Amino acid sequence: MSDHEHHDPGFIRKYVFSVDHKVIGIQYTVTSLLFLLFGFGLMMIMRAQLAYPQGDFSFLERIFGEAGFVGGAMLPEFYNQLGAMHGTIMVFLGVVPLAVGGFGNYVMPLQIGAPDMAFPKLNMASYWVYLPGGLIMLSSFFVEGGAAQYGWTAYPPLANTQPEYLGQTLWLVGMVFLITSSLLGSVNFIVTIVQLRVKGLSFFRLPFFVWAQFITSFLLLLAFPPLEAAGVMQLMDRVAGTSFFMPDGLVIGGRPANVAGGGNPLLWQHLFWFLAHPEVYVLILPALGIVGEVIANNTRKPLWGYRSLVYSVIFLGFMSFIVWAHHMFMTGMGQTLSIFFQTTTMIISIPSVIILTALILSLWGGSIRFNVPMLFALSFLPMFGIGGLTGLPLGLAASDIQLHDTYYVIGHFHFVVAPGTLMALFAGIYYWYPKATGRMMNEMLGKLHWIGTLVFLNGVFIPMFVQGLAGVSRRLYDQTWYEHGKEVQNWTVASSWSAWLLGIAQIPFILNFFLSLRAGKKVGENPWHATTLEWAAPSPPPHGNFTSEPVVYRGPYEYSVPGDSEDYSPQFVQKA
Amino acid sequence: MSAPVIRYIDEPHPVTGVTNGKFGLWLFLASEVMLFGALFSSYILLRVGAKSWPDGWERLNVPLATANTVVLITSSVTMVMAWVGCKLNDLGKFRFYMGITVALSFVFLVIKTIEYKPKFEHYQVYFYDGATIPGYEELTTITGHLEEDDFEKDYIVFAPDKKQPSQTLPDAEGHGDHDHAEGDHDDHGHGHYADPIQINRYDIKRLTNFGPAHSNFYAIYFTMTGLHGLHVIGGIVVNLYFLLFGAGMFRSNIAQFSNRIECAGLYWHFVDLVWIFLFPSIYLL
Repeated sequence: MSDHEHHDPGFIRKYVFSVDHKVIGIQYTVTSLLFLLFGFGLMMIMRAQLAYPQGDFSFLERIFGEAGFVGGAMLPEFYNQLGAMHGTIMVFLGVVPLAVGGFGNYVMPLQIGAPDMAFPKLNMASYWVYLPGGLIMLSSFFVEGGAAQYGWTAYPPLANTQPEYLGQTLWLVGMVFLITSSLLGSVNFIVTIVQLRVKGLSFFRLPFFVWAQFITSFLLLLAFPPLEAAGVMQLMDRVAGTSFFMPDGLVIGGRPANVAGGGNPLLWQHLFWFLAHPEVYVLILPALGIVGEVIANNTRKPLWGYRSLVYSVIFLGFMSFIVWAHHMFMTGMGQTLSIFFQTTTMIISIPSVIILTALILSLWGGSIRFNVPMLFALSFLPMFGIGGLTGLPLGLAASDIQLHDTYYVIGHFHFVVAPGTLMALFAGIYYWYPKATGRMMNEMLGKLHWIGTLVFLNGVFIPMFVQGLAGVSRRLYDQTWYEHGKEVQNWTVASSWSAWLLGIAQIPFILNFFLSLRAGKKVGENPWHATTLEWAAPSPPPHGNFTSEPVVYRGPYEYSVPGDSEDYSPQFVQKA
Repeated sequence: MSAPVIRYIDEPHPVTGVTNGKFGLWLFLASEVMLFGALFSSYILLRVGAKSWPDGWERLNVPLATANTVVLITSSVTMVMAWVGCKLNDLGKFRFYMGITVALSFVFLVIKTIEYKPKFEHYQVYFYDGATIPGYEELTTITGHLEEDDFEKDYIVFAPDKKQPSQTLPDAEGHGDHDHAEGDHDDHGHGHYADPIQINRYDIKRLTNFGPAHSNFYAIYFTMTGLHGLHVIGGIVVNLYFLLFGAGMFRSNIAQFSNRIECAGLYWHFVDLVWIFLFPSIYLL
């Protein structure tokens, strides 16, 4: 490093307002991990109320004070705030910034051999818009009336009521920040991938992870603006008293609402889900990309059906724009629309199945190394499988009517995002940690983290299928109020205890993450004996990434090539 | 530690044929199309679903909007001329035309303000069924000027317009309303108002000015033209920056500078284009 050169950028420019994609990637990673922990904390509090609805939470009252508790009992309003903010934080402040802002920023430019992103300053701006957006969201806990409490979907007219409280308004403002941030990011990603690939790196030599990020960026670019439009309209409804989403004859609290009326609450749902369905694929595609990398590396053989994987991802990205109304079968939007969206929903499951099948088939005949990233990647496969298969009944209107808004839905999408995506993201952290720090993470702590996470994640979410099939509604503050809820209350308790134990299971990870910075085993450029370009750079790579510009000679996953002396033939090494 | 060299900043990529900046700007515009596309779709949906919808040309100020259309199109032309100034390596020409572009953008905003202002000063009162207002017994709603609205008192003082909305429809949003209910085309002197009357608060179902809260027509009008106005302000910021601080780069790296002006121009034409859609669909339909 050139610390003593006179044009050294200094601490602030190097670590705070850095334009280096790797520093920004790490900023995104650390920030989003903190947000994930916070969002997880919110849900651990919720689980207390769910498991022990009449319980005495004096110990929580001492922490949170009067705003959320009265005489040891949790207020329903506070419970609703926890729920709404848990969803928002996990999706918009946790998983997406980690998968795209963190991994995308750090790994993608390295994998295409670029010295940096196409627009480094825009990249920095993207992070510095994301962070205030997140802080605005968090600050809403401290205003009168508390944070947003209308669910992460913020359906009007409910979300338009009580405009005198700032919570939901801050939610909308925070959202506009986050949308701006992802817009800046996605433009940057697409331009970088198209323009800055190194010599020899054609599109079909791109690692699968880069493809996943490429399609994800298009989804972010084109699906987020309609939500921004909807957010602006809801903001107008709350601040300027308009009636975009307020129907005629609305009565709030027994009194006619003092608005013009004539609006359409369904309009919000259409615009919201037009984003939020592609958003599901924004959550899952980078995860699939990570799993692809880790599996190819640790089976020591090429990914099975690389081209079908790529075509499937492209098709998935396209289809994700025309399935949104399968979230809305119960809104009375009509048979014709339902039939259309059922059909597209069934069609979109085909590429998902192709991808999962290809990843599973990649294991066949491999000499598998069961290291920590691989364990996480392997457990991703069945978890994502369960998440996907339990989604099928929700995609058909007839069965969705039974299951809509029950815990079954919660179980389904959490299986995709938590045991699914989060497992893959952990795999990615263990896999690229040596590249980012120059040191390995501890294997023993990693395995402890893996087994705890796998067991308790299932413990949290499998009971939800049982509750859902018993008909328990997802937004109940106290399900024992109802007979059918009482019968499955034991499952709720089991789920809550799993959630708390899951929290304990993350302690080895947190220790490992920080201790390995100092104590981890030092590694060279390519500790995993991998083939893609990021392993051509020093670990950690300096500003500008590569000591000399690499050239690509072959496809991304040439493992165990017959006749080669090693079992891996990196993209950047010319055949002798 | 020197900054890494990023390719295709001022020369086009051999395969895609564009620079990074221009490519990024086109992507940004694609995203903007989705943003305004969602708003236009919402407009269509709300209008098609409404029981009645006023005609834009009766409620809004078409002459001012026409003037603004001319202003904006002219500024697009001068924007191109500023870019030509860069290409000819003529700093004076660049400054002259960029100066006009920025000035015209300000003119657009000033006209917009003149257009917005009276709508916030003009009011409509809706009465409860059975309320009788002396002199206006047959009306369920009247428009006019709010003279006094003191929360201490249980009445408001209201100067009704001499021309009131049509009687045949229950509210002023009806299509039968051909009498410039909002009075945009009139000057707002007191000559157009009848004598002020007192209206008891308990007779008032709803009191609103002709701002966004009045009805979905005004909500759409203010939201879409307002968002467009924000885009104009964004353009002013960028163009003003190039005008005031661009000379250094103009001299040192004219190629990259003209690329930047070209990108700013693309954005500016997009803002212009949005207005070309807004003007007929909101003001003229």
